[in-house]
Amino acid sequence: MTTKKHISLEELQVPSWIERNQSTIRQMKLYIHTFRRNSSAMLGLGIVIVFLITAAIGPWVVPYPEDAQGTIHLEIKLLPPSAAHWFGTDEVGDDVLTRVIIGARVSLQIGLIVTGIAILIGVPLGLIAGLVGGRTDEVIMRFTDVFLSVPGLILAIAIVGALGPGIQNAMLALSLVWWPGYVRLVQAKTLSLKNSIYVDAARSMGASNMRIVFVHILPNCSSPIVVKASMDMGLAILGAASLGFLGLGAQPPFPEWGAMISYGRNYLPDWWWYSFFPGLCIFLTVLGFNLMGDGLRDILDPRSRE
Amino acid sequence: MLNFFLRRSIFMFGTLFALLILTFVISHVAPGDPAVLAAGPDATKGMVEAVRKEYGLDKPLPLQFLIYTGNILQGDFGHSIFSGREVADDLMRYFPATFELVVFSIFIAVLLGVPLGVLSAVKKNTWIDHFIRIFSASGVGVPMFWLGMMLQLYFGLHLGWLPLGGQLAIMTDPPAPITHLLIIDSLLRLQFDVALEALQHILLPAVTLCFPALASIIRVNRAEMLETLNEDYITNSKAQGISTLRIVGLYALRNAMLPTLAMIGLRFGWMLGGTVLVESVFDFPGVGLYAVQTAVSSDFEPIMAVTLLLGFFFMVANFIVDILYSLLDPRLQGK
Repeated sequence: MTTKKHISLEELQVPSWIERNQSTIRQMKLYIHTFRRNSSAMLGLGIVIVFLITAAIGPWVVPYPEDAQGTIHLEIKLLPPSAAHWFGTDEVGDDVLTRVIIGARVSLQIGLIVTGIAILIGVPLGLIAGLVGGRTDEVIMRFTDVFLSVPGLILAIAIVGALGPGIQNAMLALSLVWWPGYVRLVQAKTLSLKNSIYVDAARSMGASNMRIVFVHILPNCSSPIVVKASMDMGLAILGAASLGFLGLGAQPPFPEWGAMISYGRNYLPDWWWYSFFPGLCIFLTVLGFNLMGDGLRDILDPRSRE
Repeated sequence: MLNFFLRRSIFMFGTLFALLILTFVISHVAPGDPAVLAAGPDATKGMVEAVRKEYGLDKPLPLQFLIYTGNILQGDFGHSIFSGREVADDLMRYFPATFELVVFSIFIAVLLGVPLGVLSAVKKNTWIDHFIRIFSASGVGVPMFWLGMMLQLYFGLHLGWLPLGGQLAIMTDPPAPITHLLIIDSLLRLQFDVALEALQHILLPAVTLCFPALASIIRVNRAEMLETLNEDYITNSKAQGISTLRIVGLYALRNAMLPTLAMIGLRFGWMLGGTVLVESVFDFPGVGLYAVQTAVSSDFEPIMAVTLLLGFFFMVANFIVDILYSLLDPRLQGK
């Protein structure tokens, strides 16, 4: 009579998740270690985290939630910063702090949407150009060059001019001028990866084109894309604020930082707080994303430094 | 060299033509119907149709494009819907101011940026280096329009040293035009007081405009200098007893200048884009302010003309940089 022998997991020596992913974990630890030693990158990360938290919990913590969409109480207009209104009030008596905090949420949305659309358009085009090569590559890259041949802000203004001012059109215009950078980046990376030995090896083992793209090429492009996306978050926010400032983006009373500066400008210099604080927020946010992106580049993509 | 020059020129004109298609598509195919915009908000259907005929917008698109291209080749950029003026005349009037502003600004950026980058690299990890690096890091994030406003407040209002905006005081008569560049003209006409006044007016906008470019020139130059200073030939020169000034200024800087030059070319385009912000803040009468004023009212022909013009100048700048680059580094001519 035979008894079924129980085999425990240890006896089978199935490696645990930690053991299986040891090299990845070690690499992540190295990344974290390098990043933490870089003080400016940590400062950037800190600013970005504060920005993200502000954007996430903003509507629930602002002192005067109804001021975000522009209620009017003229009896308290243009008050200087005080305990009740830390950043003062604007020309219709809205709390500037409230509007700046809600503005963080608006800016985060703008950054994510613009960068997201740019990646969705740019990365596939870059992959196609790099992989297919030949005439397709030529057509896509020349098309990209045209967009890069005009200063981005000018082209965005032209597009907004044709579509009409407004926050949605401004975001659309910025997305339409933002994608070419990703095409250049991914195309160059794909070209160099396409002929690498491990892609040849995968191909000789019968891997399909799809598998090569998604398993071998795209993951290796991801580092520079992450770095660029991190920087672009800040720059897209700056771009939208610029359009808002020019009166081509968000329209008041929408709590967008650039539009707030544009209106606060009329109340300078006596009521400086109205435009000063939104400007400071733009500055810190863009700086934060930039420093963070710089730090990410140092660990993920050290060879491509300027 | 000539071959490279020719290929590069053909490429430039090809891109310019493609840009023409792009502005055509934006202005004629975009959802905002130009005829409706031109006729104004209160126009009846009949008026819109009349405008459509007048502008030739009822013709098939390819034909419209041919007419559009033909007009632009003849220097006819259409006219502003609101003022009714010829766009070409407006551009002639506003562009010299922008050109002067950008050139002045790039001079400041290079004259300050290169020495600061070198200084930062030579004094690596001292307080001078840290200070310069913080300065250049903040240059990337600072919103240009906000910086301009703050400078305007401080130097214009608080200290009263510099004018708040404009190109000249209202009471001052500009010199009779020769080159249409205000500072150059007033110097040529020997009106030095006017030249000085124009310089005072252009200083704050130019400093504001150059700030991001200055920051990246410092960064690139510092990084390149650090790399170059570690090369064997520099160590060798040191061992031979050549003076530090000669090593840094002559041997290292020349090699570090190549990427810096590329950065200047790239930044030139950003500056052209930045003019819309700076000119708006300082009421500086250039094409940037013109573009914004017309874009707000969806006056599309002027905006497209400005886009073409600034695109053209960006291409020319890149062209010059590429040629300079290939002169400095002949290996690139083969590519």
